[in-house]
Amino acid sequence: MIAAGKAVLVSGTNIDTDVLYPGIYLNIDDPEQMKPYLFEGLDPALRDQLDGDTVLVVGENFGMGSSREHVPLAMKAWGVRCVVGSSFARIFYRNCINLALPAITCPDAVKAAKPGSQISVDAAAGKVTVDGREFTAAPVPPFMLEMLERGGLIPWARHKLAQT
Amino acid sequence: MGYTVAEKILLNHSDADHVEPGQVVMVRCDVVLANDVTGPVAFRQMEKMGTSAVFDPSKVVMVADHFAPAKDERSAILIKRLKDWSLARGVVFYDQGRGGIEHTLLVQEGWVVPGSVIVGGDSHTCTHGAMGAFSSGLGSTDIAYCLVFGEFWQAVPGTIQVTVSGEKGHFVTGKDVILAVIGQIGAGGGTDNVLEFVGPGVQSLSIDERLAVSNLAVEAGSETGIFPADEKTAAYLDGRTDKAWQPVHSDPDASYSRRIAVDFDRLGPLIAKPHNPENVVPVSEIVGTPIHQVVVGNCSNGTMTDLRQAAEMVKGKRVHERTRMIVVPATQEIYRQAVAEGLVDILVAAGASISTPTCGPCFGGHTGALAPGENALATINRNFKGRSGSPEASVYLGNAFVAAAAAVAGEIVDPAEVAS
Repeated sequence: MIAAGKAVLVSGTNIDTDVLYPGIYLNIDDPEQMKPYLFEGLDPALRDQLDGDTVLVVGENFGMGSSREHVPLAMKAWGVRCVVGSSFARIFYRNCINLALPAITCPDAVKAAKPGSQISVDAAAGKVTVDGREFTAAPVPPFMLEMLERGGLIPWARHKLAQT
Repeated sequence: MGYTVAEKILLNHSDADHVEPGQVVMVRCDVVLANDVTGPVAFRQMEKMGTSAVFDPSKVVMVADHFAPAKDERSAILIKRLKDWSLARGVVFYDQGRGGIEHTLLVQEGWVVPGSVIVGGDSHTCTHGAMGAFSSGLGSTDIAYCLVFGEFWQAVPGTIQVTVSGEKGHFVTGKDVILAVIGQIGAGGGTDNVLEFVGPGVQSLSIDERLAVSNLAVEAGSETGIFPADEKTAAYLDGRTDKAWQPVHSDPDASYSRRIAVDFDRLGPLIAKPHNPENVVPVSEIVGTPIHQVVVGNCSNGTMTDLRQAAEMVKGKRVHERTRMIVVPATQEIYRQAVAEGLVDILVAAGASISTPTCGPCFGGHTGALAPGENALATINRNFKGRSGSPEASVYLGNAFVAAAAAVAGEIVDPAEVAS
């Protein structure tokens, strides 16, 4: 699975789900309506950089805290194609995989990326390219790779239901 | 090579003939839980999967707790959606006034037994590890899949063994055990691992205290915090559940990714400073910090044990004029018991507000949001920036003795000083 876009940097370690999407806005269940609140507790101006295909570049233990899928749902609704990070918190990571939003661990690419960098990610090959420079990512386990390639857990479920 | 508790439970709930850390297996669920925030999002995902049918209604439970009592129309619509969906499928639904905060509630109502697998659309589903279960907080798409198929994908986690030893001192609780662990390994230190609590010190932790320990496992990045079932677990479950269960223990030759220790003999009350639960210091290090709001409650510390501790601290005293004190019994049953024991009277007489069971003040949803510049000392599990209202407010995390003592003093104080 190849994903590409313009880099938006979300700097800092341990960026938690509550600053990414504050709890007060959790009484929304439509992803389109979640968009205005992404990054609200961190830096609302980050939303101004979300314009077309985007790759978010994030630090260590990104997405720690809540299971709220509002975070990756709002990211996808904004056109985020991939998240490249130094490391990810577990529930955020699996939420991304389930939504076919690749969450790729590649600290070297994180260091190299600048705001607006052109980034492309080849999850299967484990490669991240930042402005033409190629970096090796942590391998995506085969199961997660298959999940990404099949479009996430919803198509996965549809396929399984069709078989039974 | 032997297995840890987590590995054994996952092996028993999958078709795999062996398991090892990192391996992805499909795991069968014994309980699937969601709430008014995560349930409706999951129902949308189920529709996209092309079905509205639940795999086994007897294993599904829905709880209105986050925005209940509904704080506004939008919240009321979500809760109604949760209720209508539940009634249409014949799954158990705990409405306001009939249940409480989901994790305390499920344990209290006997849904959780040792050796079982509990998944919930809430990160604090890790709480159920206190009963010797494997429990996992999942997002709504995962929950949708669980509702349809009764299973989820799981990378088998490693296990960090936490050995608890020594004699527990006064004003020290389970909360301090887990804060000590988080302070030691950090907010991401338990990622891709479960915590397993063993050792002689575990005996001095009641089920209520174990719930607090396991509840904050996710604050170290861990999947869950498991207490292998013992006599306390068995005594608690006696008469509370009709589910059959067997205790699960790790093999002597099980493989651990790390071993750490917590020694009660060297553990005093702790506090996690803003804005990360890993910022753990002894209470003594930050005495004198002014506190504008105290909250005793939430899925970690809204138990009878916590309410008794809070009442012990404020009995015959007044909440400081600088400070608001909010007490949230975690369930309707705890609320009734607190009334019966006279705790509610003690707390109200001291100037505390008692709330119906709700998650509201913990996640900044409602019932006790903070203004810019205010400091809160809460028994909750997260002190993230903006967690409980304004991003310019500060949340300190501590046990119920520490919180209630601060309510009386109007500032962070050694609970022994308030008690004397």
